[in-house]
Amino acid sequence: MTVALARERWAGQVAEMTIGKGSGAVSIGGEKTLPFLHFEGEMPNKPAAALELWDVEPVEWPEVLKRHFHGVLGDAVAWAKRCAGYGADLICLRLASAHPDYKDASPGEAAATAASVAEATELPLIVVGCGVEEKDALILPAVSRALAGRNALIGCATANNYKTVCEACLADGHGVIASTPLDINLAKQLNIMMNETGLPPNRIVIDPLVGSLGYGLEYAYSIIERTRLSALSGDRMLAMPVVCFVGYETWKTRESRAEDSEEWGPQEKRAVLWEAVTAASLAQAGGSLFVMYHPESLVQFKKHIDCLMETDQF
Amino acid sequence: MELIGERINGMFKDIREAVLKKDPGPVEYWARLQTEKGASYLDINTGPSVPQDEQPYVMEWLVKVVQSVSPLPCCLDSTSCEAIEAGLKVHKGRAMINSTTADQFKMDIFFPMAVRYGAKIIGLTLSEQGVPKDSGARTALAMELVVNADMHGLPMEDLYIDPLVLPANVAQDHGPEVIEAIRQVKMLADPPPKTVIGLSNVSQRCADRQLLNRIYLVMCMAAGLDSCICDVSDSLLVDAAAAARVLLNKDIYCDAFLKTFRRF
Repeated sequence: MTVALARERWAGQVAEMTIGKGSGAVSIGGEKTLPFLHFEGEMPNKPAAALELWDVEPVEWPEVLKRHFHGVLGDAVAWAKRCAGYGADLICLRLASAHPDYKDASPGEAAATAASVAEATELPLIVVGCGVEEKDALILPAVSRALAGRNALIGCATANNYKTVCEACLADGHGVIASTPLDINLAKQLNIMMNETGLPPNRIVIDPLVGSLGYGLEYAYSIIERTRLSALSGDRMLAMPVVCFVGYETWKTRESRAEDSEEWGPQEKRAVLWEAVTAASLAQAGGSLFVMYHPESLVQFKKHIDCLMETDQF
Repeated sequence: MELIGERINGMFKDIREAVLKKDPGPVEYWARLQTEKGASYLDINTGPSVPQDEQPYVMEWLVKVVQSVSPLPCCLDSTSCEAIEAGLKVHKGRAMINSTTADQFKMDIFFPMAVRYGAKIIGLTLSEQGVPKDSGARTALAMELVVNADMHGLPMEDLYIDPLVLPANVAQDHGPEVIEAIRQVKMLADPPPKTVIGLSNVSQRCADRQLLNRIYLVMCMAAGLDSCICDVSDSLLVDAAAAARVLLNKDIYCDAFLKTFRRF
């Protein structure tokens, strides 16, 4: 007896965007169904994975993570090349040095770092600021100008600084990350406001602020899932791809930072699993772009995604 | 929620005169205004003053005038199948046919026509036996429409069941029957057909018409109404629809929900 598969017919589609130029460019989004339901609708692009690097040495990173970047920490250009060697689809530069409580680097310095990283790699670039809204409003336009024509993804724009960031990125041809704190209503509102600056939906990526496994993963999961369901139901102001800063979240957790112990086992294996499992879960919710820290997490996650992308047509 | 702007209808004096004089001005004015106010479709009805044999030509003219100033698709409103087909032939995008009854001879003409032109279609829960008296009779006729649409290969989401709204001052008992019929129609098939009403009928010749329209729209939406032919120039009516979408958890809330409902 044959069983007819129930197929949902969706009216909407996630916006499809390309980051970068030339042969290394990466496309994300474009889905016409829920993640990996290939029998039901198109999923033209697989979730992409980036490795994150900083423009200063991240002193708080555990040794099991740092050792994979031995000799390049603090040198963004060399670090970017190392990331490319590890198989990242994209590179994410975090301009941590611009933080006022850290080095308070100037917009000019930030832009120069971004430009030299762009020069050193063919991979598409994501550039995020230091996370202080006022400071990011100063450095991100400078970064945007320095990377004009590279079709980078720049962030994070918030409700308080989106105008400046969007105007610059619109002029220089970049996409923008729209960041809101785990709130789908605010996410939609920010997308609308950013769209009103003239930025089309296919140049906006939603950062819903994800939580790590054990630290609010389920909240992020349900917000990403609702975002996708709304997009597929025809809500264009939620139909943007979602970025998940997985490494940034998971490497803060106790489970990733606690050293080898009899009870919890070896730290590195545990931390890599924590990062890969968080990313894999959020891919099931509908995430399109994953920014990770550990090269082995990246490899495991990409392997997992490749299996999920095999067609299930039957 | 799809709002079908009702205003380009020969029942209204300015449109009737525009049609008689072939003056595109008032038609263009209402096409633009209703588009701006948040309509998803523009209803087009030649009106009763156009002789039967001229209706196809007038329908074609109206479609062309409307689509020259508005990107919206039209809802071709006529009892004449020749007029509807004339409109379909010149229409750009996916039109909606308004309407077939549940009579077999009508369904046999209009469902194949909808499939042939890739159009959506409104099916009235009405037959030669007259207006159904309660929700059960409406649902029974809706089932006829569902079965026939399916037989002709029309996708269920392209069929809009209209359970026939009557004025509150002459047929008050029909108000809740229509609401119940909407609820039942949504259970007839999976995926279910869409539902639509001619909203302004509920307040024909009543006082405080706009209030009755707004409240009845929200009540019907809570029962599963997907679409209505209505006065989209009533901004509070459109606001009410936007608010109901949010309160029924159909649209994700955002502070700009009134604006978003109109724009997208």
